[in-house]
Amino acid sequence: MTALLEVRDIEKSFGGVRAVCGVSFDVREGEILGVIGPNGSGKSTLFNCILGQLVPDRGTVRVNGRNVTALRPSRLNRLGVSRTFQLLQVFPELTARENLILAGQEHRGSRLARLFGARDAGMGAEADRMLDFFRLRRLEDEKAGSLSYGQQKLLDAAMAFMSGSRLVLLDEPAGGVNLTMLADLRERLEAINRETGVTFVVIEHNMEFVMALCSRLIVLAEGRIIAEGPPAEVRRDPAVIEAYLGH
Amino acid sequence: MSTSTSLLIGLLLLVLLALAPVDLNDFGVPYPGLRRYGTYILTLWLVTAIAAMGVNLIVGYAGQETLAQAAFVGIGAYLTAIVTKAGVPFGVAFAASGLLTFVIGIALGFPALRVQKHYLAFVTLAFTVLCWLVFRNEQWITGGVMGIRDIERPTFLGWPLRNHIRFYWFVLAITAIMTFVLWWIVRSPWGRAFTALRENPLRAESLGIDVRLYTLLTFALGSAYGGMAGSLYAPLVEFIDPSPFALGPSLLFMLMVVIGGSGTFLGPFVGAGIAVLLPEWLRAWETWYLLIYAVLVMVMMAFFPGGIVGLLSRLVARKARS
Amino acid sequence: MTDFLQLLISGLATGAIYALAAIGFTLLWQTSQTINFAQGEFVMVPAFLALIAMRWFGVPFVASLVLAILASMLLLGVAFRYIIVGPLIRRGVLPLVISTIALSILLKESVKDFYSAEAQTFPTLLPDTLITVAGVSVSLAQLGVLAVALVTIVLLQWFLAGTRTGRQMQATAQNPTVARILGVPVERMILYTFLINAALAAMASLLVSPIYLAKFSNGETLGLIAFVAAIVGGFNQVRGAIAGGLLIGVLDNLAAAYVSTAYRQAIPLILLVLVILFRPQGLLGRKEERAV
Ligand SMILES: Nc1ncnc2c1ncn2[C@@H]1O[C@H](COP(=O)(O)OP(=O)(O)OP(=O)(O)O)[C@@H](O)[C@H]1O
Ligand SMILES: [Mg+2]
Repeated sequence: MTALLEVRDIEKSFGGVRAVCGVSFDVREGEILGVIGPNGSGKSTLFNCILGQLVPDRGTVRVNGRNVTALRPSRLNRLGVSRTFQLLQVFPELTARENLILAGQEHRGSRLARLFGARDAGMGAEADRMLDFFRLRRLEDEKAGSLSYGQQKLLDAAMAFMSGSRLVLLDEPAGGVNLTMLADLRERLEAINRETGVTFVVIEHNMEFVMALCSRLIVLAEGRIIAEGPPAEVRRDPAVIEAYLGH
Repeated sequence: MSTSTSLLIGLLLLVLLALAPVDLNDFGVPYPGLRRYGTYILTLWLVTAIAAMGVNLIVGYAGQETLAQAAFVGIGAYLTAIVTKAGVPFGVAFAASGLLTFVIGIALGFPALRVQKHYLAFVTLAFTVLCWLVFRNEQWITGGVMGIRDIERPTFLGWPLRNHIRFYWFVLAITAIMTFVLWWIVRSPWGRAFTALRENPLRAESLGIDVRLYTLLTFALGSAYGGMAGSLYAPLVEFIDPSPFALGPSLLFMLMVVIGGSGTFLGPFVGAGIAVLLPEWLRAWETWYLLIYAVLVMVMMAFFPGGIVGLLSRLVARKARS
Repeated sequence: MTDFLQLLISGLATGAIYALAAIGFTLLWQTSQTINFAQGEFVMVPAFLALIAMRWFGVPFVASLVLAILASMLLLGVAFRYIIVGPLIRRGVLPLVISTIALSILLKESVKDFYSAEAQTFPTLLPDTLITVAGVSVSLAQLGVLAVALVTIVLLQWFLAGTRTGRQMQATAQNPTVARILGVPVERMILYTFLINAALAAMASLLVSPIYLAKFSNGETLGLIAFVAAIVGGFNQVRGAIAGGLLIGVLDNLAAAYVSTAYRQAIPLILLVLVILFRPQGLLGRKEERAV
């Protein structure tokens, strides 16, 4: 069986800094893969290379067997790959509901239909469903900028699911989120994975969150994969402990 | 504001504007109607507002900078003047002006938008100077610095528009249609995509919004509004030469939109009003007018970057709260 | 061939002046994200400051040149930094762009209204005597311009690369945030950039005015050439601005001789279009990538 996401030999340098050096891994349909590693180990850069935000110096990325290396992010998104960014990226001037509609609208109908058709581009029902699912319903008409940080983080994640993507890459979804909301977020992500079979790749520093959510981990240090396997195993790996404590 | 209220207010404004040059004493209202010159100024305001709406689409909605609107107005004006003098009907000239400037917009924007945010500004700057050189140097077709005179006002469905009030109504009708079209676009999902690509193009791109395509479309469309404004400008003034299409006026288009309130729907109308009326008011100080205007813009940017409409809506919102 | 050489030398002379204007523009853009749409007027105004000193106050020629440079640094450097850019940069890019556009109009109109709308002759330090070497004749004035501009550029390069302050300025230009963390006094470096830009613009002004006369509307062309030189050379490099300026100066002079004078102005514009089509990062530029 071919993997949903196939990353081969990705390399990326910035001037003299080699941020990612020769990273390869596969992600199977339906799994939740965690990516961990110390600050500056190249996790976000790896994401950006996979998603066409940066052009890798070398290597290939395949989705469903199709070569998508350096494809523009909007094209990739329309092929069914969504993401969030490490820093919060909602549109503060739009309401929560508008944010969700925006996240879905390019995936429904033609561009011309969007010009002449309904204002919600046929995404209203889907947006409502997502608002309910992430328990943001009572905030739907608030400007996203006026929500609390945790609520914005939740909205940011919810936006990634509006396009009906089969593969979602989340960069530190739990960063800065408080404990109760953290449990909420994890439980919601698990529910989506269980109910719809969406595949996740999650970068996260919060070990507890990662250990509970992910079925498999890869560990990056200085741009290379130093360990790979089930959470419990990785946790005991001396190389991993060294990478985290050695700095 | 709900859709029906905005439509209603728009319609009301339209009726009031249509009545502006009419002597209402016959109908028992003590209003003498605008004179010939007043009607001319009002028509000029409408034409300027059309071009400014285009700039607003590019600057206020797509977050790009264009310094070529006067050049696009010039292209539309020269094209219309030249072909209508050759006997082509005005309607065809008008459509051709819009189409040509749209295509040029694509051709300019496509390479520039690949590079970096401010490149469109530089490319349009260069384009304006280039156009101006062509207008001035290609005497055989543009009349050079002597310009083209005696441009005829068109006939609409057999109804001659020589009369200044009739021409005003004609321009008003076209402005109303073009305003409606733009209003429709910015409230459709496209408008939401514009907001997204202006505020955070990176995130917009990751949500499947083809930032380059949308930006290109807004630039081409905004430029086409310039071209169509130019097509109306030529028969309005009846004489064109290169000077109103130089770099200076292109910069003024950008300034008027920002003064009015970029990214607000009414901003271009307010900005165009100021740009057309201020020189009339400050006529006694003719030479000082641009100086005052420039200072006004800088003060405005430092204290109210939202422009006049932005400022007013903030005041209204505050009043509503208290 | 000798014709060509003559044109080449006079092209390099004007090109060196353009380079001065373009370097300042690039430096300003790098260190403070300020795209100065009034750059052309910055090159137009100092000549008038010198003229004012000479004609209104009777200051001797050389002293007025010095005064003009100092006054430019105050007006176009310090005042520009603190009155216009300072308050506006926080408001975002568009308000600042608009303000510099308004500033360009303000400067142009001020010169026109307060000084004169006519082109003014401007004295030159060196006479127009022709010297002929191996059949190639160039004027002393041209050689002087070339020498002054090149010395300025070399001094600037030495300052940026060879002194501590210069390196701190470069660090600020590359990444203000990191520079601040490393203890570079970023604010001061930004002010220096504005001062250097004003001084370079003043130099360019005083060198170009004897050749093309001083006129309130000169800024339009000069500004455009400065932008084009900066972009053609590579937006993120001082070296690029120098190369771009020299290239345009030479092309400009060749075009004046071999192409119609009516479209001489179009040459840099066409160059700009070609570069954007085929080498968008500029001749010497590097591709920039945004952090996410
Ligand atoms: N756009 C860029 N330009 C230059 N260097 C960069 C850029 N992006 C990342 N880097 C460098 O690449 C290395 C990897 O950065 P990256 O952001 O991928 O790390 P990370 O694992 O996501 O870290 P964190 O856990 O802090 O988010 C770092 O040394 C960083 O400074
Ligand atoms: Mg990261």
